[in-house]
Amino acid sequence: MAMFIARPAPVHPPISMTGQTMSEKILARASHAESVRPGQIVDGDVDLLYMHEMLALALLPFNEIGTMKVWDPEKIVVTLDHWVPPPTPEIAKMHQSIRDFCRKQGIRRFHDVGDHGIVHQLIAERGYAHPWDLVIGSDSHTNMVGAVGAFAAGIGATDTAAVMAKGQLWLRVPETMQVDIRGTLSERTSAKDVILKVIGTTGDDAARYAAVEFTGPTVKAFPMNERFVLCNMTTEMGAKVGMIAADQLTKEYLAHTGHRFEPIRSDEDATFVKTFTFDVEGMGPQVACPSNPANLKPVEEVEGTKIDVAFLGSCTNARIEDLRIAAELLRGEKVAPGVRFQITPASQIIYRQALREGLVEVFMDAGATFTSSTCGPCFGGHMGTLAGDEVCISSTNRNYPGRMGSPTAQVYLASPWTVTASAIHGEITDPRKA
Amino acid sequence: MQTRFEGRVWTFGDDISTDHIIAGKYLGTTDPKVFAEHAFEAVDPTWARNVRSGDMIVAGANFGCGSSREQAPVALKTLGITAILATSFARIFFRNAINLGFPVIECAGLRAGVKSGDMIELDLASGDVRVPSGMMLKFTPLPPNVLEILEAGGLVPKLKKELQTKTMG
Repeated sequence: MAMFIARPAPVHPPISMTGQTMSEKILARASHAESVRPGQIVDGDVDLLYMHEMLALALLPFNEIGTMKVWDPEKIVVTLDHWVPPPTPEIAKMHQSIRDFCRKQGIRRFHDVGDHGIVHQLIAERGYAHPWDLVIGSDSHTNMVGAVGAFAAGIGATDTAAVMAKGQLWLRVPETMQVDIRGTLSERTSAKDVILKVIGTTGDDAARYAAVEFTGPTVKAFPMNERFVLCNMTTEMGAKVGMIAADQLTKEYLAHTGHRFEPIRSDEDATFVKTFTFDVEGMGPQVACPSNPANLKPVEEVEGTKIDVAFLGSCTNARIEDLRIAAELLRGEKVAPGVRFQITPASQIIYRQALREGLVEVFMDAGATFTSSTCGPCFGGHMGTLAGDEVCISSTNRNYPGRMGSPTAQVYLASPWTVTASAIHGEITDPRKA
Repeated sequence: MQTRFEGRVWTFGDDISTDHIIAGKYLGTTDPKVFAEHAFEAVDPTWARNVRSGDMIVAGANFGCGSSREQAPVALKTLGITAILATSFARIFFRNAINLGFPVIECAGLRAGVKSGDMIELDLASGDVRVPSGMMLKFTPLPPNVLEILEAGGLVPKLKKELQTKTMG
């Protein structure tokens, strides 16, 4: 029988507060060093490991490693999000294997179907991640969680198994790329338009292996829901993590957890491998055209493109603020004939809030479809996939061929404003004219 | 571990995403045969049938970008692809492949020098690739900690060995 011995909390040397970026400070702390430098390989103690259905795939390597028990069930969060509710018997069985594992391992923070959410949103809204945390998630959009001032990186199944066994992960300390944003956006223009602009300008691998840190007055003024959008799509820049300094807004966002708040930011004299400055003064809505997130056009250049489907969902843009935007535009309007508009909230908590605020009724009156929270449509898994040659405008994050269904479907990525305006008009529409 | 490979090449361009490699609709299983059968279906539905064990992939920049789905390298490894050589790799794909003991090599300049059907020779120990013209290209050496995982045959065998040593010690 396994023995449980309470381990003393590791003693951390004081973290150097000069010349380090946020990500360097966090990796120094996680690897018990005073400081670390880009390029260095460190073994980091994981503060939070979170997983979705990839856990099912990680079970085989985990069992093979042979530790039997996870390193610390209190540092693990699991939910189901990719296939909710399960569309096939095989997936229902996969969910069973995850449920059984969590019960046997004593993982209390298992959020089953009914209490679920897209995992990144669930982690954020329940306050499971905090500034200074080394957060590891079994999904590429784990980057989103860096908006609270954590180092949050995505991994695959075998790494997930290794973290479950050891509580550690080797990481190459990334160079930090600064993306400084200033200026006031045009009306009905959002963080989604900003990040599409950044990706379209720098390229879909401009930040490969790097940490991206957003700074500047525009970022500082963004509420948390918009900050999440920025960090979320650093994945589409190839970044290891996306980060924003933890400030008063972060503190207020996490206040409900009662957890002690420790702010974090990069030192004044920290070294950035590169700095991109974006002046977004007066910038309007942007659209990423098929079939690469970096294939950017201002909305004016694609206006009038006929659509078959509009989708508002995913970890990128399906928070309550996004649903309020959809409702604002849909009130008293109808979805264009022949167009299906699907709205899928990012979590059950958001679903309930949308009900309370009467948004769901607005969606239904307008002829939109409102579903339970799932990643399904975003990755072409289930619950709203695209047929060949269908044209879709989507608030999601990727549009590579076949991403949302048929490889010949055409996916345009845009903000909730642009997606909803387009759903009403049946063609890509500048929301400022809607 | 095997360090010399000779094989037929399949070439791909830049920004090959995990959606290209294995579509989301096939992920609702844990059976690697399913992933293998549908590999690169969005690009060429006949591809998986035409691949032979021992073939290699040569691609451009940012290979494997997109999702964290380990089913992507699993699909290619299951088909018998022995190595992937690309101008660069997306970070999660790179880790996933190495963790499976699947050699992924960054070799700038190789993509322009080969076409599908060419035979190439890869020598992991000496760090070079021989292309049909006879030219030898040096590839970027893997960092020591990554090489250690690869030499152990993947992360799981490496951790198993470590755990056994610990128990014995």
